[in-house]
Amino acid sequence: MNPAVNKSEDTLNKYSFNIEGGNFNDAGTVSTRIKSILKQKGLPNDVVRKSAIVCYEAEINIVSYARKGTVNLTITAETVEIEVIDEGPGIPDIEQAMEQGYSTANQQIREMGFGAGMGLHNINSYSDKFDITSEVNKGTFLKMIINNPQSTKDL
Amino acid sequence: MKLREVKEILDADVIVGKDKLDIEVSTAFGADLMSDVLAFAKAGSLLLTGLTNAQVVQTAATRHIAAIILVRGKEPSTEAIDMAKELQIPILATKYILFETAGILYSKGIVGCLKKVGNDSFHK
Repeated sequence: MNPAVNKSEDTLNKYSFNIEGGNFNDAGTVSTRIKSILKQKGLPNDVVRKSAIVCYEAEINIVSYARKGTVNLTITAETVEIEVIDEGPGIPDIEQAMEQGYSTANQQIREMGFGAGMGLHNINSYSDKFDITSEVNKGTFLKMIINNPQSTKDL
Repeated sequence: MKLREVKEILDADVIVGKDKLDIEVSTAFGADLMSDVLAFAKAGSLLLTGLTNAQVVQTAATRHIAAIILVRGKEPSTEAIDMAKELQIPILATKYILFETAGILYSKGIVGCLKKVGNDSFHK
């Protein structure tokens, strides 16, 4: 087995963060944490930037719509994986939600500078691989993978 | 152009970052929609906005914005000021409206961080 893959199983390279729904003041703190972890690990700026952007948009979604959520970060030699799991209303029509400009945001979200139907679109654009599944009245699951072109061996 | 000169030509108050006026800037992005800032703004640019909450600072940090210019005489929220201090992002406040702020900066050589959006806007 490739030693780099073993390294990815190292628990030190897995992190988990909780996000409280409705807590608008804290929105973005997880992405700031993730950004500083990835920087500390010496990942390329572009990887750090893309990871921070997708995480931030996902965080805004949890704060805006869900009761609570969890962000799981897994750093491997080749990728940054960010899973975002929330308990909330779910998305009835994912295809529609992915459309640029489609939004169900309320005034409070819009006043923060979000809720213009760009979030999932941005996440999709900045992820190298993006999966989304959702169940109405249960929650939404996002998985974003950002490739590390420089393949960091020593994390 | 140094941030100090930006402050002077916009007749702006420095709310956060009085020690950071020697930062060099050459590009800017203007928006009140933070999702668009995340999508399009480039690292090292000025962010011209009328939004004053903490999310502006978070967004700026995520995008490595050099400094935030609040337009239309807006005052930042306490949360935004605290976060800007913590994340070390300068905030300047000008009474010029967004259009005038952009025009003044443009006439002094600051250009947009991109000209148009298009297929190359997203850097996959």
